[in-house]
Amino acid sequence: MCSYITEKTEIFGSAKGAGGWSNVTAAHVYFDHPFHASLDHALSIDFMSGDTTRKVAVEMSAESARALVASILSALESGEKEHA
Amino acid sequence: MSYRGMTAEIVTITGDKGDKIKAYYAKPAGEGPFPGVVLIHHMPGWDDWTMEAVRKLAHQGFACIAHHLYDRFGPGSPDDLAAKARSAGGVYDDEVVGDVNGAMAFLRAQPESNGKVGMIGFCSGGRHTFLASSRLGGVDAAVNCWGGNIVVDDPTQLTPQRPVAPIDLTDGLKAPLLGLFGNEDKNPSPEQVNTLEAKLKACGKSYDFHRYDGAGHAFFAAERPAYRVEQANDGWQKVYAFYRQHLA
Repeated sequence: MCSYITEKTEIFGSAKGAGGWSNVTAAHVYFDHPFHASLDHALSIDFMSGDTTRKVAVEMSAESARALVASILSALESGEKEHA
Repeated sequence: MSYRGMTAEIVTITGDKGDKIKAYYAKPAGEGPFPGVVLIHHMPGWDDWTMEAVRKLAHQGFACIAHHLYDRFGPGSPDDLAAKARSAGGVYDDEVVGDVNGAMAFLRAQPESNGKVGMIGFCSGGRHTFLASSRLGGVDAAVNCWGGNIVVDDPTQLTPQRPVAPIDLTDGLKAPLLGLFGNEDKNPSPEQVNTLEAKLKACGKSYDFHRYDGAGHAFFAAERPAYRVEQANDGWQKVYAFYRQHLA
């Protein structure tokens, strides 16, 4: 499929890419044909600086994405408990 | 063909509204005359596979050009520009049609041209091929490879960029149409392919549809799991034969 469905969310943070560290202000998330990964469909996240400058891009399988979501939530839960 | 050399290069064409956009152009060695083909890339962008497909057609004796649909979002690498285009909701149908018109004009202006021009597009490019072939004159043969969203079941999917379901433009189609589809595809689904075929038949159009078992979307994509070697080889042979019939 080719869909144009893109989930956009504002974020506050930094990312390191080929040009070094920089601020990132948004993440664009979509599930569609990847550019590089050897997958038919990939969960892609573009970490953006502003609305048009892509600082870091990742493409991963649906299974990887779900595992990543679980890891993020798990790390947040245990980390926030530790630092409370 | 005893000698299959070719030249391949980046050229600039005049697209919609007179905009200058980049294109990848490959032509067989020799004086010709050669038929031309406009190749429309898929949604991930003006990528390496697109250029391989251009060279594949040149190898078969066609002067082939693939313009960069997302060039106006530049400068930037093809993958970054594809991400920008996606973020903006895609390119506008009118712009696509204008760019195709410019690519066809480029091909016909080459001294090696035999005056005939076909089109081929993959995935979203299949939709663009159907769209442009229905709105423009001068397309001598069109190939739709698994173009999605030609049939739009849910009207809320129409957007300012894509305001029409191309199936509604079928009356305007003048070129003979070859369609290649995987029966395991979800967009277009086999039911949507049947709907499109019924419309073409009702409008009295010349078409030739091939549906492949054991294949889904993008089964020509040799670098992805979707690749199906037997179906892809057969599909490419059908493309060459179709163009040799209509573009000679």
